[in-house]
Amino acid sequence: MGTAPASRDVTSYGMGLAAPLALFFLLFFVAPLLQLFWLSLHNDTAGLHWGLGQYLHFLTDPFSLGVLGSTLLLGAEVTAVCLVLGFPIAWLYQRVGPKLQTIIILIVLLPLLTSVVVRTFAWIVILGRQGIINATLQSLGIIDTPLKLLYTQFGVVIALAQVQMPLMTLPLITALGRIEPNLDDASCSLGAGSWRTFFRVVLPLSLPGVIAGCTLTYAAAITAFITLSLVGGGQMLFMPMYLYQQASTLQNWPFAAAISIIFLLAVLAVVSVFTTLGRLSRGHGGA
Amino acid sequence: MAETQGGRSLVVDAVTHRYPSGALAVENINLDIKGGEIIALLGPSGCGKTTLLRIIAGFIAQTQGRIIIGDDIVDTLPPNRRAVGIVFQNYALFPHLSISENVAYGLAARGIDKATRQREAQRLLDLVQLPAMGERLPRQLSGGQQQRVALARALAIKPSILLLDEPFAALDKNLRLDMQIEVKRLQRVSGITTLIVTHDQEEALSMADRVAVLSHGKLEQFGTPSDVYDRPQTLFVNTFVGSTNRMPGVVVSADRTAAKVRLDAGAEIIARPAGGALSEGGRVTVCIRPEHLQFVGDETGFAGVVGMSLPLGATVVHEVTTADGSGVKVSQARIGETRALENGAAVRLAPLAPSLANAFPATL
Ligand SMILES: Nc1ncnc2c1ncn2[C@@H]1O[C@H](COP(=O)(O)OP(=O)(O)O)[C@@H](O)[C@H]1O
Ligand SMILES: [Mg+2]
Repeated sequence: MGTAPASRDVTSYGMGLAAPLALFFLLFFVAPLLQLFWLSLHNDTAGLHWGLGQYLHFLTDPFSLGVLGSTLLLGAEVTAVCLVLGFPIAWLYQRVGPKLQTIIILIVLLPLLTSVVVRTFAWIVILGRQGIINATLQSLGIIDTPLKLLYTQFGVVIALAQVQMPLMTLPLITALGRIEPNLDDASCSLGAGSWRTFFRVVLPLSLPGVIAGCTLTYAAAITAFITLSLVGGGQMLFMPMYLYQQASTLQNWPFAAAISIIFLLAVLAVVSVFTTLGRLSRGHGGA
Repeated sequence: MAETQGGRSLVVDAVTHRYPSGALAVENINLDIKGGEIIALLGPSGCGKTTLLRIIAGFIAQTQGRIIIGDDIVDTLPPNRRAVGIVFQNYALFPHLSISENVAYGLAARGIDKATRQREAQRLLDLVQLPAMGERLPRQLSGGQQQRVALARALAIKPSILLLDEPFAALDKNLRLDMQIEVKRLQRVSGITTLIVTHDQEEALSMADRVAVLSHGKLEQFGTPSDVYDRPQTLFVNTFVGSTNRMPGVVVSADRTAAKVRLDAGAEIIARPAGGALSEGGRVTVCIRPEHLQFVGDETGFAGVVGMSLPLGATVVHEVTTADGSGVKVSQARIGETRALENGAAVRLAPLAPSLANAFPATL
């Protein structure tokens, strides 16, 4: 109790400084979100009837649920690819000299340094019917007819994984860097081989980074509108495009608003599963 | 005790190591360690102690030489197949595993079943006097307790050699003494061949059967604590182990066992040629420890003027300035009531015995 006034002072000081940003968020994030929610509560486009009709429609429509399901699944696939490819990169980073570290960081950050649109068109050039991959495989005589890579789930996952890779690799690099290097040696001197050391020591201790990376990658992957639309094309419909169609093309604003809210809640649910896992792992040792 | 493997011998045979960066960290080191011995690797920071330890453990492949444990040349074995137990300076306990899981880690790696593992872990925790700590996490233990766990974990694999890298450096003084005694006790019960790396000469002298003194990657001397303290073979050993007065002088006459030296401080004394034969007329450095100097009433020895006197409890240290302007320290045991020496008093000093003054060829 004796220290309460001092700590309250500190808190009120901090709150005052946060006010401009809080106001900004209130105006440009919370207010539109509330407006969106209000919009979603209309049963017709004219806005005459109130109710949960839009939500009922979405949740009973197999097509809509299918789009939601495939979007969430796509996120899981991209996250898995990023984790499997990103972990070795992060592991390597912690074991090479400073020169190579700079090069690795540069390669990891490269996707962030080019525009999403340019990057995505590059993937179209690579994956297309007459693209680099098909041309190479054909000239080597490995395939006769071009493979269908673009506008497929495979193509979307690969393109998204490349774009989101930094979000996975950077937290992993940080987490692996925090592990006491002697622990590797200790494990080895106690008779454990490299695999046992990896699964018993390195992986559990890097779990906070794994979870942070997965959360970021997942959230970014399923909301990547441009990549999803361009590489996915017309045949593959994911939530961001579905939403866009309803709002812009069909002018069905209440339904689009309901889709947004449902999508938002679904993403929040997945992210909170990740963070809960993170808390559990920290509770069991962690740093 | 089940730890006893009869204590395997360890031979470091002409080991040299040069890091890829070009640093020559260890140069032609030879050590012949008997089974069950406790050896201290003593030297200042950067002299190559950790490098040598990591070579023995198998983390570094030496550029030249061999490591032989028992009858086996282990150079081609990776660390996890050498059965060498290590206690790291920062303990390196696995932070996400409980204390008993830490202790049992090496047993799990050997595929030993869970019940046996738990029994062994408990037995070892009893041995290091932490019977009730098994369920805790490392961060819930104090430094000294973590150290004991690290010891138990290393002993659990019944290693043929136990290596400790500056194990007590992070502990405060009282705890350090406790742990030194503890390690010595465990070493006695287990009979395990033990190598302790330290830069603390008191620790080396008090714990080890034999001490290997290193400087700049080279072995300066390898002998019993009294060899190293009383019969140092190099000027470095004489000054690094214990404290000493360094007095310059010129050799008047010398044979293999004794040299007559004219000190710059103005006396002729008999000294032991400690670093090999001395030539007549050559300059030497004579080392005499503060406790090996005495005040004399006659005209032997060299003259000086008393400066500060520091009463340190059981001993009193006097600072005396000699005729050539250099200072020497004299340490007197306080037996009964010692006569306090006045500041500025004129005194004469001489070594207690000729064998207690060591003469080394002066390095320029
Ligand atoms: N990984 C390394 N790469 C290059 N030089 C090193 C490395 N580790 C140690 N050294 C050098 O080798 C010498 C001995 O180091 P070390 O064995 O750690 O000494 P100590 O443990 O006695 O303090 C030092 O000069 C140090 O700079
Ligand atoms: Mg060291």
